[in-house]
Amino acid sequence: MIDALGSVGSLLLVGGTSDIAVATARRYLAERPLRIVLAARETPRRAAVAEELRAAGGQVEVVDFDADDPGSPARMVAAAAAGGDIDVAVVAFGQLGDADRLRTDSAAAAHLAQVNYVAAVAVGTELAVRLRAQGHGVVVALSSVAGERVRKANYVYGSTKAGMDGFYSGLGDSLAGSGVSVLVVRPGFVRSKMTEGLPDAPLSTTPEAVAEAIVAGVRGGRHTVWVPGAMRWVMSGLRHTPRAVFRRLPF
Amino acid sequence: MAEHGEPAPVPLTGWGRTAATPATVVPVRTADDAAAVLRAATPRGVVARGLARSYNDAAQNAGGHVLDMTSADRVLDVDLATGEIEVEAGISLDRLMDLLVPLGLFVPVTPGTRYVTVGGAVAADIHGKNHHVAGTFSEHVVHLDLLTADGEVRRIGPDSDPELFWATAGGMGLTGVILRARVRMTRIESSRILVDTDRTPDLDSLLSLLAGTDHLYDYSVAWIDCVARGTRMGRSVLTRGRFARRGELPQAQQADPLRYAGSVKLGAPDLFPPGLLNPATVAAFNEVWYRKSPRRKRDQLQSIGAFFHPLDGVRNWNRVYGPRGFVQYQFVVPDGGEETMRRALERISRSGHASFLAVLKRFGAGNPGMLSFPMPGWTLALDIPVVGGLAALLDELDELVADAGGRVYLAKDPRVRPEVFERMYPRLEAFRDVRRRVDPAGVLTSDLARRLSL
Repeated sequence: MIDALGSVGSLLLVGGTSDIAVATARRYLAERPLRIVLAARETPRRAAVAEELRAAGGQVEVVDFDADDPGSPARMVAAAAAGGDIDVAVVAFGQLGDADRLRTDSAAAAHLAQVNYVAAVAVGTELAVRLRAQGHGVVVALSSVAGERVRKANYVYGSTKAGMDGFYSGLGDSLAGSGVSVLVVRPGFVRSKMTEGLPDAPLSTTPEAVAEAIVAGVRGGRHTVWVPGAMRWVMSGLRHTPRAVFRRLPF
Repeated sequence: MAEHGEPAPVPLTGWGRTAATPATVVPVRTADDAAAVLRAATPRGVVARGLARSYNDAAQNAGGHVLDMTSADRVLDVDLATGEIEVEAGISLDRLMDLLVPLGLFVPVTPGTRYVTVGGAVAADIHGKNHHVAGTFSEHVVHLDLLTADGEVRRIGPDSDPELFWATAGGMGLTGVILRARVRMTRIESSRILVDTDRTPDLDSLLSLLAGTDHLYDYSVAWIDCVARGTRMGRSVLTRGRFARRGELPQAQQADPLRYAGSVKLGAPDLFPPGLLNPATVAAFNEVWYRKSPRRKRDQLQSIGAFFHPLDGVRNWNRVYGPRGFVQYQFVVPDGGEETMRRALERISRSGHASFLAVLKRFGAGNPGMLSFPMPGWTLALDIPVVGGLAALLDELDELVADAGGRVYLAKDPRVRPEVFERMYPRLEAFRDVRRRVDPAGVLTSDLARRLSL
């Protein structure tokens, strides 16, 4: 249960080896020990993250999750819930893809849509069923400013995030009154292993800053957070920029 | 269970108005009503709820069922010869006082509010201003009828399945549904309390006054100013008393010494802004409260309401803490833990987290209740509005309290860490064993039970 002062007792990290997921777990562990379920493919990194979080005081469980496997979301959520209620579930998996290749490789584009959108929808649906039944909990969905208005530079990735963002925003509204809520997190460019080698963008941020925003957003009962906060106003401006101007912008 | 015609879940909170969760609320009048819900329970389980004066999530059950016991409120027997009464668990102490004070019987233990049910009084094993001489409410229970998860109604008491009785007393409703109780009442000659008031300038003088003379009074409690610092830290107003005998009343009242009218209630609107109670307003309030109290006054007659339940005069006073709600932090430290209490007070006073009311009392002996709160020593209770940084402060206080061999109160606490709670209640494992015995499937459960793995 998330207690009266917003302290969290159990945390499910879907895409548990992502930098943002790990930073979020560390941030919660800095407050209190808690139960953490890492859902990810079985990799050496998953084992290393589990070990690190155990050392930081977490009671860590590991479950398999593969965004390419249509049966995986249901199995993963059932396995995660077997050990007790899930207070906060962070949906943190996703890929960026190679924008150049995605322009011409339809299989790669469809695969990115599978991982970032289709699997995210399946995971969100399974989580909603489970959390609605337990009558409490928060789903945190890692969206992106890239989905707010899709840009020519990464329109495949942007479109998957636009779909995912729309799904989780609507899911949150549909859960009103159930005791369950959804927090959609829209970070700008995050310097992490996903964006390694890419040039820094303006208003770029870090996994730690995103984790801080997640913890504050959950505690405050928010539905949407932007990281950094100024992104909200930048994207609001871009959203209302006429297309003739928008498509000429240099990004 | 999606039974035909079942009402939609409604969000529930405790008195602190924090951490709401939805549950399906089922009104219960009879044992059969309750048994039907237990039989049809989903994996989310069932818990009984009375007047919801627990400050925390004790009577909440996210996604499951909650039994509203308040319509099971009949008086089944009043034995004026022995002073024993038999009642259904949903009856309130308020109603009992209305009915029985005129007959010269008073509840054996009353908390700071009359608006608790008998079932809740047992489940939380409540204490009052007379704990140092009378113990807890459960210690005045002759027997209980407990509906357990298997659908059986068991009559239990200190002499009949004492293990289940002492798991149920203080067991927060997790051993079964308390249906009826037989309770030994206290005889009174009048409905007035003879009160002595003492103002003490600091904590040391308060503690020595309590240790020295508390045994002379049936009822005793001190209000402490948590905002005052330095040499004035712990300045207090101590009120102690006993029920007046008939001959001690003024002549005019002696004809009708047991006259009793529950207080007229004002309502608090749900309009208080967050932050209304802040360090400045609370310091001002506390200053006035301290100064208006007499330095020393003897034999003042007070009504039951004024002496025991001053806040019951305002319905929904909990709203004054605003929409974010509040926490009541109550802990006890055993005798010898005075230094811990002083450090805790200092810590709270320095933190600037305003505490409107802080109440200190000396406890008497504990009882065999596995999760019963009181132990011989000192208890301090304070209301704190929910603000940022409070979680860390209270975690820190928990450590101080646990290290001193003390504990926090399950009917109040909405946030203790499960592993710290285990240190505070060494008989927790025995309690879990009883639950495994009478409720192997875990049908009886609550948000509190899940949060702390009770």
